[in-house]
This record gives sequence, C-alpha cells and structure tokens, in this order.
Amino acid sequence: MNSNGRKKPKIAVFKFASCDGCQLSLLDAEDELLAVAGAVEIAYFPEASRSMAKGPYDVGLVEGSITTHHDAERIQQVRRQCHKLVTIGACATAGGIQALRNSGDIDEFVRVVYATPQFISTLKLSTPIAEHVPVDFELRGCPINKNQLVELISATLAGRKPNIPTSSVCMECKRRANVCIAVAEGIACLGPVTQAGCGAICPSFNRGCYGCYGPMESPNTVSLVNQLRNLGQSDPQIARAFRGFNAWAWQFRKTAEECERHE
Amino acid sequence: MSSTRTIKADLLARVEGEGALLVKLKGDRVTDVKLKIFEPPRLFEAFLRGRHFSEVPDFVARICGICPVAYQMSAVHAIERALGVQTDPAIRMLRRLFYCGEWIESHALHIFMLHTPDFLGYPDVIRMARDYREVVEQALRLKKIGNGIVTLMGGREIHPVSVAVGGFYRVPPKSELRPLLEDLKWALDASLQSVRLVAGFEFPDFEQPYEFVALSHPDEYPFNEGRLVSNKGLDIDVAEYEEHFVEQHVKHSNALHSVLRARGSYMVGPLARFNLNFARLPEVAQQAARDAMLSVPCNNPFRSIIVRAVELVFACAEAIRTIEAYEPPAAPRATVSTQAGVGCAATEAPRGLLYHRYRIDDQGLVQFAKIVPPTSQNQKRIEEDLQHFVPQLASRPTDELTWKCEQAVRNYDPCISCATHFLRLQIERE
Repeated sequence: MNSNGRKKPKIAVFKFASCDGCQLSLLDAEDELLAVAGAVEIAYFPEASRSMAKGPYDVGLVEGSITTHHDAERIQQVRRQCHKLVTIGACATAGGIQALRNSGDIDEFVRVVYATPQFISTLKLSTPIAEHVPVDFELRGCPINKNQLVELISATLAGRKPNIPTSSVCMECKRRANVCIAVAEGIACLGPVTQAGCGAICPSFNRGCYGCYGPMESPNTVSLVNQLRNLGQSDPQIARAFRGFNAWAWQFRKTAEECERHE
Repeated sequence: MSSTRTIKADLLARVEGEGALLVKLKGDRVTDVKLKIFEPPRLFEAFLRGRHFSEVPDFVARICGICPVAYQMSAVHAIERALGVQTDPAIRMLRRLFYCGEWIESHALHIFMLHTPDFLGYPDVIRMARDYREVVEQALRLKKIGNGIVTLMGGREIHPVSVAVGGFYRVPPKSELRPLLEDLKWALDASLQSVRLVAGFEFPDFEQPYEFVALSHPDEYPFNEGRLVSNKGLDIDVAEYEEHFVEQHVKHSNALHSVLRARGSYMVGPLARFNLNFARLPEVAQQAARDAMLSVPCNNPFRSIIVRAVELVFACAEAIRTIEAYEPPAAPRATVSTQAGVGCAATEAPRGLLYHRYRIDDQGLVQFAKIVPPTSQNQKRIEEDLQHFVPQLASRPTDELTWKCEQAVRNYDPCISCATHFLRLQIERE
C-alpha cells in the first residue's frame, strides 16, 4: 500500500535469450531505483531478488528473444500473467544479435560451439517476443536507454503513451551540434535509418552509428545504401553493417539480403 | 533407512542469467550436485565467423551486459596479437582506467545488491534498503561512480562504443577526466568502509584446497596483462592456455565446463587474484585486507565478499593514480594493417579470467573464435563446493539449506549469460 492507501502496481521482469544488460538498466538507474521501488511493488525480478511473488502482474517487462521450444511456451504463460506486456531491448524487439543464426545453418552453428550437439536443444530462428504474443509497447536499443525505461514504466503505470521518439539518430546528432561524420569525414554511418534513443553516442565518439536501436519509422535504406556505396563501401560490407544487433528487423534484413544478391 | 531429499532452486536468483541447482541427499550424504545452465545457447563463436575484426569488440560486448568491457578488452588484445599491432603506453593506461570503472560498477553491484542480502537475511536489496538505507545509498553512489568512468570513456555504461582494435575511437582529454577525481576520492573512502562492513558478517567455517588461477604481472595488480599462474605450480604464457585447460561438454548444462588437464577443477576470480597477487596491491588495499583479518591464502569462498571489497579499494586507488598520471596518447588508436594471423589473450573480468582466441584471414575476417568465460571455469568448482558444503548443513530444514546453497553459488558471482554464452536450485533428499 502506498501513502494514498492505494495498492502499489506489481511489476515483473522476465528474461529470455539475452545478455542481461537491459534489465540491468533498471539497477543502473541509481538515482531513480529507490524511488521506483517505493512507487511500485517489484514482485518478480530474479536477477535482483530471491523472493518471487506469483502473478498476475500489472506490468511485465520482457528482455530477450525466443530461441527454444521451452521459451516459446513460457512466453505464452508470461503473457497470460501480465496486464500490460512491454518488451525491452533489441533481443526482445528484433531477435537480437543471436538472430544472426537465422541466416545460417543452426545445426552447423551448434556443432561449432558444442562438442556434443545432441545435448543442445535450440530453435532454428531467434525471434522477437511480438512474433509470439501481443505486445503493448516495444522499447528499442542494444542496450535500452535507462531514462527511456523510467519514462516507459511511468507512462505505462499512468496509462499514457510513453514519450519515445521514432525519428532517426540524425536528429540527435543535430541536437548535440555534431558535425556530420558521414559528410565531413566520409565515415559510413547508419544514423539516417536508425531510430533515435541512444543520444547519438557513436558519431560523438568519431565513429559511424552501428544501428543498435534498429530501423526508424519508414527508413530510406535504398538511399543510404547508395550513399554508402559512394563512400566506397562494398556490398558485402554494407550487408554486414545491416546484419548486426537488429539483423532480423525486416527493413534491415531486406536491405542486407539485397546487398548480398548484388555481390 | 535414511531418508532422501532433493533440494532444488528452480530459478537461481540474484545471479546474472538463468540456471538451476539440483542437490540430491541420502541422509547426510550428497549423492549428486548439478548446476544446470538453461540459459539458451546464443552461439557467438559461430556467428563471429565471417565478421570483420573491427566489429568483434562491439559483438562480444553483447555476451554480457554486466561485464561488456571485459569482453572488449580480451578481444582487442587477442586481435592485436593476431595482427601484430603495437599500442601506445597511454592506451594501456586508459584501458586500465576503463577496467577500473567496470570493476567498481560490477563489484558494487555484486557485493551490495546481490550478495550482502544473503548475509543480512533479506531476499533482495530493495527490502534491505528499508533497514539499511544509508548502506544502499552509498552502494548506489559507488556503482554510479564506476559507471561514470565507463560512460565518460565509452559513451554509455552498458555496451560502451569507444573500444577499437589498436586503441579507442575517441580518447578523453585530461580536462574531462580530472573532475572524476573528487568522486573517486569519496569512492575510495566508501570502499574502505565497505571492507569494514562486510568483514563483520558471519562466515560459515568452510575451506577447500583450491587451485587458484589468475594473471600475474611483476609490477601491478592484473587487468590486461601478465603470465597465467596458480598456487599449484602453473606458470605459463597465455599462448599456452589451451595446452593446459580443456572445455568439457556435460549434458546438464548449456555452458561448457573448463578444467585443468592435469588436475581438474580450479577457481578464478577475486579470491584467486588476491591470493596470487597480494603483494601487488597498493598499500591502502593491503592494509584494508589486514584490518579485515584477511590473510593469504584465504581458502574460504564465503570471504570472497571481503576480497571483492578490497578489490573495490584497489580499483578506486588505481583509477585515481591513472587519472593523475594521464597524458593523452598522440593518436586515439594505432594504425592497424590487415594480415592473416592467430592471436589469443586473457584479461581479468570482475568475476575472473576471460580467455579469447581468434584466427583472422588476409581479408581481416574472423575464421575461428574461441571464448572461455569465467563462469565456465568456475562451474565445476561450484559443484564441488556444494558437495562438501551441503553435508555440514544436511540436518537443517530444506528452506534454510536451499538459501545457504544459493549463497554458496553466489560466492562466485556467477554470470550465466556469459557462461552460455545459471540458476535453479533443487535439493532432493532420499
């Protein structure tokens, strides 16, 4: 119960195939953590607590992608337990870096890593949560931005739409008054087609954006591919650039496939 | 007829990643211990093939959101060896500073948010904060200061973007690092207080004849360089790692078990580093250890929480030293020319030794990658600890025994996301 006598909303954090970085963002919100913990009941968060309260939960945060039969079943149970289900990070929203298996031969991949492949049970594809269950909101990024996470939690609890821009990284570069590294220095950059949210970190560190927030709304990848070719990038290089942390997002996947056909 | 019990933690809490623990007991006798890692395989070593070497530091960071810097460090050192790259001494200093940031963040997280609740009897740090608000606030500020170093140098605390083969994409000017000093001096004091706090906890009377394995450097406490040594006579160049260590694939785990070919299980991490490198700790950290009644060798894994706090002291002192001595390099990174080659490297991740090896072709593309994370190396040792620890507590109620077993696993700060590239606890009593 909080001070108004209302019951605190119950939050749960679930993990699928991932690096733990996105749920760690909650613990990395050092200035907000105790305030968030005071406003909600963190009912299920195994990375942080051995006390695991049963559902239903008001809000479920899901990190990670679906890569096993067991997880494909588990996400159905998770969905049934959560009033609102939001996915956090590139694994949950686009299959993550492990979706690079999707364009390879999974049996061969398992043989490369494990001496006894028959002990390993995994699916051919790494897929985002929304391919399995309805999702109320997808928060992008590899990793997510902790300020966006706090905004998402606050908005979801208040029942309003979160203020998360869907414009490109270029907008954030402009706001930081960065000189465009693609134009001024000829550095290959995915900023024009990548969704904002990171704060244009890579261009601020003298390197091209590598697309870790995935495709922006309506990305003009055809134009960017031409621009990258003009900068001297080969088609295999361009294909690799789109086969990164959001390789299974359809706009990036299609672009990579087209560049591979060109080779 | 003695009864059989199964003790299980179906989902091990307060560890990074997902795993389970199964302990089978017949009376007081442990008949089976399995640390099951069901964190799904992510197959990094497979999809790294065909990628350009320059992409590797960004890719391997994604193995672990808690210690991305460690993965980036082992990767760039291995690739630099493969390509014959010489780096500026200032780059070496900056890499140590970067690692200090990750150690402070990761150790503060583990000591206070994941491990201390066990000693004080709370399910988590949030509930602990109701009674220990000041301790938790101090821990959060410590963690933030560590993250602040990584963010300043790398753009963000998780998956920083600045690490490149040959150096960094951007190096900070002196004027950006200097303001960190004030916070770091506070952090050094807070770390000393942390050592005193955790040294006062109650520790089970439990010791094992461990083989500790860590890097060792003649002049400094190890981060990125040194020979690979143990307390049982191992003393090799990192290039010989695979002659001495082998990974085994066991059915119950998606993480490979790494063992010493000659002697089986071993331990990596803070306890190993401390026992093998005490003399290279700065005086302030040595004194903190002595005041906490820690002596070398420490063979009680539960005391690793004190050692982790001593390493916090070290990391803060080292960060201060590095910033005060810092002169920026002539160029942010060395010129790297593409050539075919093989290179390996090991660095000290917060939770222990992290080994990488890459074979690169004449186009600069990765042909082969091998990554051995710290938790793979500790996994067999964790199971052996439980085999010896559980009989001491076999008469206790299952709930209490389960919690103690979890605590014993958390001694290792295991990272299951890393190890599959960990933990449900199950105790069966017959």
